[in-house]
Amino acid sequence: MILHVLANAGAGGTNLDPLYSKALFWILAVLAVSAALAMILVRQAVHCALMLAVVMLCLAVFYAMQGAPFLAFVQVIVYTGAVLMLFLFVVMLIGINSAESLKETIIGQRLWALLAGTGLVIFLIVGIGHASIGNAAPQTSANGTDNLTGLAKLIFTTYVFPFEVTSALLITAALGAMVLAHRERTRPKPTQREVARRKIESGQVAPEPPPGVYALHNAVDMPAMLPDGTTTNRSVSAAVAQRDVELGRDPEGNITADLAEQGRIESERQIESGAAGRDEAQ
Amino acid sequence: MSPAAYIFLAVILFAIGGVGVLVRRNAILIFMSVELMLNACNLAFVSFARLHGNLDGQVVAFFVMVVAAAEVVVGLAILMAIYRARRSASVDDANLLKY
Repeated sequence: MILHVLANAGAGGTNLDPLYSKALFWILAVLAVSAALAMILVRQAVHCALMLAVVMLCLAVFYAMQGAPFLAFVQVIVYTGAVLMLFLFVVMLIGINSAESLKETIIGQRLWALLAGTGLVIFLIVGIGHASIGNAAPQTSANGTDNLTGLAKLIFTTYVFPFEVTSALLITAALGAMVLAHRERTRPKPTQREVARRKIESGQVAPEPPPGVYALHNAVDMPAMLPDGTTTNRSVSAAVAQRDVELGRDPEGNITADLAEQGRIESERQIESGAAGRDEAQ
Repeated sequence: MSPAAYIFLAVILFAIGGVGVLVRRNAILIFMSVELMLNACNLAFVSFARLHGNLDGQVVAFFVMVVAAAEVVVGLAILMAIYRARRSASVDDANLLKY
């Protein structure tokens, strides 16, 4: 369906069957608005990003239906491909479990925001409704042979100065991101000898046990089994363990047992204190 | 569909993004809402380009995409810097200039 739209959205804009384009518009409009609403309602940042991806893909199809196939592809490649991936990387870096707190810090903020949003919609719709927007004008010869050549002609003739300024903006943004993301080193970099000595002193030379290797399952939320037969929750990522406890997904009671009887095993406690000392030394 | 329908859809998406900016407390989610607003503007630009039968609106939408990409890069870098200093991405915690 989308390929059909793209193939037809050439120089002359939309030469789709009117009924076809109307049906596609309503389906995708409902999808886009409900995804946008879900985006501002869900708690998890990852779900929010996925909902935004749905909205962006719907908009890409809208661009294609409106005779802008180049922008449709740019939308998919740049927005859905690059910008959203950047968002997902940052969500991953600054904590997947940093879910939105539902506590209102300003009294009545949600209500007022909702009222302001509704008011904005009403004012804009009334204002645009008075403007008596007609039907689409026929495509002029200024478009060139097709959409892409027409756009290229415009960008490299009329809009060539903004285009050059854009390049300066992009270079500035790249440099700014590098400067902002750069971390000053406040202490000298530990040498290989120091790292090795610290590791031996900490009491744990081997890396942390990976999840589920010695247990019956190899899912990431199954804790590893120690040589003495007990399981250790240090092998499971804290976010995963917390999520399992929240969802009540603790089939063998391993995590709860570990949390309840923490420190029962002397050796494990020794290793943990060693690990804590190593963390402090860092 | 007539361009008016697309423009009304853009209005609704823009308002939803605005409500998201006002309601959310996590800075990443606020950024995502801003992106939604920019996308709604792009849809309006493309619709107006079709309404007038020329390509200038599409060129503007293209420039908006470039500027939005630059904005996201710098904004997320600032977010990382704030998170590194304050261990939180909530906009309520960045309050050094408040008092």
